[in-house]
Amino acid sequence: MTFLTGWGRTAPTPATLVTPRTSELAALVTGALPRGLIARGLGRAYGDAAQNAGGVVVDVAGMEARWSIDPGTGVVTASAGMSMHDLMTALVPKGWFVPVTPGTRHVTLGGAVAADVHGKNHHVDSSFGAHLRSLTLITADGTSRTLTPEDDLFWATVGGMGLTGLITEASFACVPIETSRMRVDVERTRDLDHTLELMTATDDGYRYTVAWIDLLARGSRMGRSVLTRGDHARRDELPPGADALAFAPASRLAAPPWAPNGLLNRLTVRAFNEAWYAKSRERTIVQDLAPFFHPLDFVDGWNRVYGSRGFVQYQFVVPSGEEATLRRIVSRLSERGVVSFLTVLKRFGAGTPGMLSFPLPGWTLALDIPAGQAGLAGLLREFDEWVAGAGGRIYLAKDARMRAELLPAMYPRLPEWRKIRESVDPEGVFRSDLARRLSL
Amino acid sequence: MKNALGSVDSVLLLGGRSEIGLAIVERLVRDGARRVVLAARGEAEEAAVRLKNLGAEVCLLDFDAARPETHGEVIDSAVEFAGDLDVVVAAFGVLGDQASYEADPVSAARSMAVNLGGHVSAGLFAARRLREQGHGALVVFSSVAGVRVRRANFVYGAAKAGLDGFAQGLGDALHGSGARVMVVRPGFVVGRMTEGMPPAPMATTPGAVADATVRGLRDGSETVWVPGKLRPIFTLMRALPRSVWRRMPR
Ligand SMILES: Cc1cc2nc3c(=O)[nH]c(=O)nc-3n(C[C@H](O)[C@H](O)[C@H](O)COP(=O)(O)OP(=O)(O)OC[C@H]3O[C@@H](n4cnc5c(N)ncnc54)[C@H](O)[C@@H]3O)c2cc1C
Ligand SMILES: NC(=O)c1ccc[n+]([C@@H]2O[C@H](COP(=O)([O-])OP(=O)(O)OC[C@H]3O[C@@H](n4cnc5c(N)ncnc54)[C@H](OP(=O)(O)O)[C@@H]3O)[C@@H](O)[C@H]2O)c1
Repeated sequence: MTFLTGWGRTAPTPATLVTPRTSELAALVTGALPRGLIARGLGRAYGDAAQNAGGVVVDVAGMEARWSIDPGTGVVTASAGMSMHDLMTALVPKGWFVPVTPGTRHVTLGGAVAADVHGKNHHVDSSFGAHLRSLTLITADGTSRTLTPEDDLFWATVGGMGLTGLITEASFACVPIETSRMRVDVERTRDLDHTLELMTATDDGYRYTVAWIDLLARGSRMGRSVLTRGDHARRDELPPGADALAFAPASRLAAPPWAPNGLLNRLTVRAFNEAWYAKSRERTIVQDLAPFFHPLDFVDGWNRVYGSRGFVQYQFVVPSGEEATLRRIVSRLSERGVVSFLTVLKRFGAGTPGMLSFPLPGWTLALDIPAGQAGLAGLLREFDEWVAGAGGRIYLAKDARMRAELLPAMYPRLPEWRKIRESVDPEGVFRSDLARRLSL
Repeated sequence: MKNALGSVDSVLLLGGRSEIGLAIVERLVRDGARRVVLAARGEAEEAAVRLKNLGAEVCLLDFDAARPETHGEVIDSAVEFAGDLDVVVAAFGVLGDQASYEADPVSAARSMAVNLGGHVSAGLFAARRLREQGHGALVVFSSVAGVRVRRANFVYGAAKAGLDGFAQGLGDALHGSGARVMVVRPGFVVGRMTEGMPPAPMATTPGAVADATVRGLRDGSETVWVPGKLRPIFTLMRALPRSVWRRMPR
């Protein structure tokens, strides 16, 4: 038995962790009851999505990997266990970039499909599922099926958190790039309204945008932000002689193996926020892909800085027009002095047909909060109600604490998804702690 | 499943009418638990209605601690209703009266069969299930009466001493399985079980015991004393010479 947690390092449970050959998967799946089986990528979901107490967990990231690209179309076919890091290392020097990347490169292709991940380009390019051409899925009966966007099971699997089967391979369309650099505009905003206004007005001028919010700023400065907006740099924007498609992210620093609980407290976070805001004067810079998309990846295991109690990420989306709910939550957070080290605001564009996909057109806010903070459970529960009431939802890939009751309101296509899952996996072979907790 | 902030979804109460047990369940339900099983030897409708009003689904089961051969089935039925058991609270017990036990030895043995024997079978059946699921907590109600057995209530005290040892051993047996045992050692609790008795020093209440239990579950404690100051006090008590201890009035 191996104890597993998500990235937030809360609620560990033991499972039999296996790294099978592809040819062994069918037997493993059909023999997985009573406790069932779930796929695990690189464990970057924050909560319990890739855990299965007392059952089997398949380490897909450890399985053999292959990939190929059609140089004419830029469509890549790759094993589900390959990471975005591996894919970028292979693709960028050839002049291709992944269609969507989350805030870390250390996620697998399977994890990106199962959570239908979004990136800074969601307002223009939607989420990962929009770029998928086909999937290969091992279902509960042990058979391997190839699915395309015409299949209902395809859209039950995109965003389906591993509960329809185990993805072994996926094909997706990449984006051509001239360079491995980003041209980035940095700008500060005064307060939340200014942030929303500026994002609404200027988002469409950039492929990638995000705002970092200083949640500890209060009063008239509540919601003040640093906005970064960028595009892939063109060849002619680089100094002559530069290796335009070089991709070699700086080697990673290791976070200390242990940190005291409470290291990230109101004082330290406030000091950090002040410094960050102060240094982020308006400017345009050209930077590498990695610091623009994955700034946190420079410190290996940064999640340990939260101490032994771990942390939760709270990420919700509310539809456009429901800015009042966003404002209400931000002001309550700021009023309560909730310590969130990284708070990120992003405007979403159109969603995909994924039945349990998270994104919908509107505003998403993501905050990292130490799990030991007093009164946190009640506060977040209150937010859940507001979010559900506004027609919004919580991101399952980040969740570690929500209750089952609000799920149908947040995910109105849940019945449709359940029906498909029921038909393809009547006994519930594919199970996770998340599925148990949320009665999925 | 216990979530990242320590809330649970399901709870089984063995001794489904216990005042302390119900106070714990009520707190867990207020904190989000939705599937509750009350396993009681008598009628528990009233408690069920109260918990339903708080939003829980409640299942009632017959449970007699003195019939160990039925305990496996009780656990199975609870699982059938609730799925994985996140918390199992074993709160049944009889206090009885020392003088009556001495006058009627058969009744003393019967109380022992509930206070110790019943916990052994129910506890082992519950632990088997928790081990299979790879998570969950079994809460066992010991008592300071068992920490050092007193002349004034040695039948009850001996059962609790045995139970405390059993629960610690069971907890060690489950170590590494993902499941665990939490031993709760209350002092004198002013409530239904002690009705009519003059409170001992540092007496506590069912609500306070429940608060401490819920906190212990959240923090992953192995042992909970209520009130907490009984722990250092009993460290001293254990060191008192027999000649003094023997004369403890109650
Ligand atoms: C620093 C950081 C930043 C992040 N930023 C973003 C962001 O900007 N946008 C975003 O959308 N997400 C973001 N995430 C979340 C992350 O992208 C998702 O949780 C993603 O699913 C993690 O992939 P993984 O390979 O680590 O999967 P895991 O965490 O191991 O698993 C996640 C889910 O995917 C399922 N799964 C994994 N592999 C397979 C497979 N082969 N077949 C079937 N199911 C599978 C698992 O069962 C589980 O339900 C971020 C996470 C971190 C830690
Ligand atoms: N109260 C205290 O001062 C105190 C102090 C330390 C430890 N404890 C322990 O804490 C636990 C909870 O006590 P409490 O205060 O909640 O007392 P309580 O309200 O009297 O609860 C005890 C429960 O056990 C049940 N029970 C007794 N015999 C049973 C049997 N054969 N089968 C099934 N159920 C049986 C009783 O059922 P009925 O309702 O049908 O009678 C009662 O509901 C007990 O283990 C007790 O020993 C209590």
